[in-house]
Amino acid sequence: MSKPYYDSADLRKFGNITEWSEELGNKFFDYYGKVFEEGALTAREKSLIALAVSHTEQCPYCIDAYTKDTLQRGVTKEEMMEAIHVGAAIKSGATLVHGVQMMNKVNKLDG
Amino acid sequence: MATKSLQKSGSDLANSNRQIEILSNGIFKSGELPTFKAKISETNQFPLKAKKLEILQINVGYMCNQVCDHCHVDAGPDRKEIMTRDTMKQCLEVIKNSGAHTLDLTGGAPEMNPDFRWFVEEAAKVGIKDFIVRSNLTIIRANKKYYDLPEFFKKHNVHVVSSMPHWTRGKTDKQRGDGVFDKSIKALQELNAVGYGMPDSNLKLDLVYNPSGAFLPGDQMSMEKDFKKALLEDFGIQFHNLFAITNLPIARFLDYLIASENYEDYMYQLVEAYNPSAVANVMCTNTLSISWNGYLYDCDFNQMLELPVNSKAKHISEFNEELLEGRNIVISQHCYGCTAGAGSSCQGVVA
Ligand code: SF4
Ligand code: SF4
Repeated sequence: MSKPYYDSADLRKFGNITEWSEELGNKFFDYYGKVFEEGALTAREKSLIALAVSHTEQCPYCIDAYTKDTLQRGVTKEEMMEAIHVGAAIKSGATLVHGVQMMNKVNKLDG
Repeated sequence: MATKSLQKSGSDLANSNRQIEILSNGIFKSGELPTFKAKISETNQFPLKAKKLEILQINVGYMCNQVCDHCHVDAGPDRKEIMTRDTMKQCLEVIKNSGAHTLDLTGGAPEMNPDFRWFVEEAAKVGIKDFIVRSNLTIIRANKKYYDLPEFFKKHNVHVVSSMPHWTRGKTDKQRGDGVFDKSIKALQELNAVGYGMPDSNLKLDLVYNPSGAFLPGDQMSMEKDFKKALLEDFGIQFHNLFAITNLPIARFLDYLIASENYEDYMYQLVEAYNPSAVANVMCTNTLSISWNGYLYDCDFNQMLELPVNSKAKHISEFNEELLEGRNIVISQHCYGCTAGAGSSCQGVVA
């Protein structure tokens, strides 16, 4: 049987990255932990942002992790899907807005 | 959505030995989970010992008007186990003579026991500090004969603790059955109308939240905030506290975990979230659970797994507080559910 590149069980091993670079790994996890604490934004809001970003980044580990995390925070599936649309809108908007650069270039090169 | 209990549907998980076998030996494809015993030994907390008895939890029967997907009791309309008045009388003797300050009636739907009201009336006379009835809410709207339950609870100053899986219809009905949300809302409004759950009211109304699937409950305080806001804005409902409870991998929840191929991942989640500081306050340390037929257990979960107390006193008729105090609590892999994250008990978080 062929092995897929991504194995969901690998997510459990995320913490092991500190083994090969302890200081940097710990610094990352400290930072990461701090980012997701309650702050000016609630942990729930941060979790929804993370869910949207995990989709635009297309990271299967993060998608699994933040799908679970948002569920744990009582987020509904409608809210989850809307958050992903926000990510998708930004992603497509960001693609399309570069069309202006393309148009500028065309106008410059091709009068 | 379940329509029958595991027992009625002839599932092999209706057999508690089968459940214990799955929990102990695992059905994992890869890796091995540490035993709960090994885990609590790391912090010298084995054997887990019972402290002074504070709470008597009495399970007056497994009959229920609902068949919730996650039910650890495997309760339902098809379950006929019901506590008799004679056993209730034995319980009353114990309540009178023990040092327990809290009485916690559970089921099934405790209200469906034909002697429920008699028992509440008698028990209320004994002067217990906190008298809890775990009501599933919909029973209040299930049949005319239950419509006056809010008044009845009020009359006997019962502390009502009710399950409410979510503040939205979709999530609630998914876990507990179609129409449960609307009936629960109506029941909560009726409890509010007689004074339950109002900010300054002595008529205590608490809600229990447990996740609708294979994930752990989020932070109890922020969940409570979200529940309060949504129920007040959408339905004008008020309540006191929200208890966030972790689903323990037994009975119908275990069945669901296995069928949905979430069992392995869920057990890892529980073990990863293991919190050694929750161990000292797991509910079995100050609670005794009494089954419908009068047997004694460390908790309602051990009752369902048919793991009786490790004591010479095994039945309510042999109750002896001194003998039971300091007993070694019977543990197994399901206990990880009580020590994950902030911990979980019938009163919510423990750490
Ligand atoms: S969870 Fe409660 S309400 Fe649901 S079936 Fe079990 S005992 Fe009944
Ligand atoms: S499942 Fe029961 S025995 Fe195990 S820790 Fe929880 S309350 Fe104690």
